[in-house]
Amino acid sequence: MSSTANAERRTQLESLWEHDAVKIIAVIGAIYIVYALIGLILGYSLDGIVNTLRRMTYLIAVYGMVTLALNLHWGYTGLFNIGVAGFMAIGLYVTMILAKPADPGGAAQYAGLGLPMPIAIIGGVVAAGLAGLVVALPALRLRADYFAITTIAFAEIVRLGITSDALQQFTILGAELGTGGGRGLIRNYDDPMNVIFQLEIFSSFVDLTNSLFGFGPTQARALAYSIVLVLVLAGIYWLIQRTSRSPFGRVLKAIREDEEAAQSLGKDTNMFKIKVFVLGCALMGLAGILWRFRRTGVTPEAFRPHVTFYIWIALIIGGAGSNTGSILGSGLFVAVLFEGPQYLRRVIDHLVAIGDAPNTFAGAVGPLLSANPVPLVRYTFAEFLTLQFVIMGVALILLMQRRPDGLLGHREETAAAIPLGARPSAAGGGSGGDGSGGSGSSGGFAHSQPRDQHDGSDQQTDGGVDADGTGTQAGTSENSDSRVSSDSTDQPDDSATDGETQ
Amino acid sequence: MSTVDDVVTRGRSLSTEQLLLIAVGIGVVLLVGDLILGVLDGSYSISRIGRYVTEGVLYGLIMGLAGIGLSMTYSILNFANFAHGDTITAGAFIGWGGTYLIAGWGAASLGHLALVGPQRGLGGPQLGISITSTPVAIFAGLLLAGVGTALFAVLIDRLAYKPMRGAGGIPLLITSIGVAFALRYLITFVYSSQSRGTTASVPSADLLLVDGYVSLDAHDGTLIAAAVVLMLGVHLMLQRTKLGKAMRAMSDNKDLALVTGIPTERVIRWTWMIGGGLAGSAGYLMVLWTGTIDWQFGWLLLLLIFAAVILGGIGSIYGAIVGGLVIGISMHMSMIWLPGGDFTTITAFLMMILVLLIRPSGLFGGKTTA
Repeated sequence: MSSTANAERRTQLESLWEHDAVKIIAVIGAIYIVYALIGLILGYSLDGIVNTLRRMTYLIAVYGMVTLALNLHWGYTGLFNIGVAGFMAIGLYVTMILAKPADPGGAAQYAGLGLPMPIAIIGGVVAAGLAGLVVALPALRLRADYFAITTIAFAEIVRLGITSDALQQFTILGAELGTGGGRGLIRNYDDPMNVIFQLEIFSSFVDLTNSLFGFGPTQARALAYSIVLVLVLAGIYWLIQRTSRSPFGRVLKAIREDEEAAQSLGKDTNMFKIKVFVLGCALMGLAGILWRFRRTGVTPEAFRPHVTFYIWIALIIGGAGSNTGSILGSGLFVAVLFEGPQYLRRVIDHLVAIGDAPNTFAGAVGPLLSANPVPLVRYTFAEFLTLQFVIMGVALILLMQRRPDGLLGHREETAAAIPLGARPSAAGGGSGGDGSGGSGSSGGFAHSQPRDQHDGSDQQTDGGVDADGTGTQAGTSENSDSRVSSDSTDQPDDSATDGETQ
Repeated sequence: MSTVDDVVTRGRSLSTEQLLLIAVGIGVVLLVGDLILGVLDGSYSISRIGRYVTEGVLYGLIMGLAGIGLSMTYSILNFANFAHGDTITAGAFIGWGGTYLIAGWGAASLGHLALVGPQRGLGGPQLGISITSTPVAIFAGLLLAGVGTALFAVLIDRLAYKPMRGAGGIPLLITSIGVAFALRYLITFVYSSQSRGTTASVPSADLLLVDGYVSLDAHDGTLIAAAVVLMLGVHLMLQRTKLGKAMRAMSDNKDLALVTGIPTERVIRWTWMIGGGLAGSAGYLMVLWTGTIDWQFGWLLLLLIFAAVILGGIGSIYGAIVGGLVIGISMHMSMIWLPGGDFTTITAFLMMILVLLIRPSGLFGGKTTA
């Protein structure tokens, strides 16, 4: 009795776990609990703990946005972009230059155009998208590794360009502008979140956080900012999720799995790739803006290639191709690899008296000869922030070796409009058209789609897309099935030989 | 590329390539014309151009030397190794530790010397390290850099890449980014992130060049001599030995090499050893030449080396050498038109992107010589 009840509950839990939202909430919740405990251990007051969680939320939201955009590039379309930092930099710098007041005011600052914030943000996003277009137009023909080198070189050109003294101050069409060179730009425009902060209702939010957590106005603003970022993240998630389920998204997956098969179905794959690259770059620009536009300033150092690799680690933890995975990966990356080591160090520091570390590695290793590991431990502890990057690198290596598909990368995405699991045997739509439906199309595509060959869903992915890519997302079952069968009667022979000749 | 792809994209891609090629051609003609006119009317001094070319050649030799290893792993193991730059840094530190130990024996603690003087105070200039005053220490250090990095590269291969030998180029590339990260900060952990001087000044010769002087010092000469000897050595190894033949066979067709009975795993190990050894030597020579060492100079050099290798054509060691020289010289020549040195690196990256767009197989592409 109890065992069946347990089993039932277990299957219930498992089916619950299948929901993406549940996974995200569970993991983020676990992160919150762990960090709340860390705060308690460190003796933080309530507002300190809530502020820690707020900071985590902010980081997860920002990294989540960029990871989602990268997932659109790599996970969905197979575009190997390792120039993420460059597009983020373009977004932020253009926005700041557009928003900075035209009258420089302070002696050391450079003038901007003094445009209103919403226009400046749109300008930054468009600029990042255009930069994506500039890279994509010529470079998409290249092999994945050449494309990668091109994108990272582009990102470095951007970074070196904004560092350069030559662009520190320049004049375009009579307007004096500047990137500030190596010293960067100072935010001398109003807090962009004032749109919200100056609402009447916001003062009650301040009172609420004050009574709940003992927050001051600054902390309340930071909290509101983080909440806004989470909302934007949700919006981007929804956008990308919708894109990936649309006919457009199905073509993207087809390109990732086998570009030639997609071409043989009449898709202009280059056009799709350019569109998706520009869209992803624009989102990266948006994330770059939201990441830092409230801070007191920005320097080019913020956009070193490190940032790109952080995003890649987050993407690979979560699993390329899964939007839920992107957010989970960002959460785990921020909590475990990015912030985790620092908090671990603080906790250890709080609990144990470590003592003074030797100044050099030699001083740490030397005493090992006389079997005294204490200096090495102390040195390791003192240099923990350096080791954090070693840990990140090793984590990336181990992930690629052991789990290249990440946590959620390797699961079938059912793109078909009808449930594939419980297909009615005779009268169902599966063999509706002319008898060469489901199984026939699977056979035709199996050669060219190794990743999903045991599941008919992605084959229908390709088949279910209209030639112009504008078909509705979810037709009725007859509708989508007739498309599948018509495509499979047209194409299976060609694509099968295509797959074999590779 | 398949036939389908060709048919779909031929018309368009040809025209883009041709347009780019025409644009680049016009640009080159304009620059060369401006250079000649400038020299003739005396606005560009010949000795200044001479200095740029000399510096470019020296820089290019380092990139070419380091590029050989990158090119070999790229063609034989079929992936772009992003950890190559940090291998260069590691080699430099290993080698310079040896040099410090020999040159400064007794002058400071062993730990201080082996870690290339991690703290302020007693460093290379104080120990009087240079090719003229401590030649033995320099040569021993160069040897140690080569051998030590060769073994180190094999160790990295064993730990990171060997478990995923069958994986494609992209997973290996991502793994190598992880290796680069771990390696770079491991170097910082051991050797500290302090940037420090390594050499004392050496006598230099001023060569008269029409309207001024080009100066070359003893370390420049050492760099040229060592780089040329190492490059010749690699050339002979690839052309004359059975190992070289096996490597060329593997870079041509791995499966065929395996079927023919070439012990691919052993060839791979030798590839790492030679590539790593050359990277370490290049790092050592770079530090000898510039007189400073820090934890990220190899990483900053990496994309330039990629530029050199891609320009020359991946898989060709001669391409890597020529590519290094071309990139080095153009980087420095760019200062004629873009003064200040802010744009030298940008010039190199732009050249690389242009080569990828116009002729992805590089100057020497098509004929893989190693």
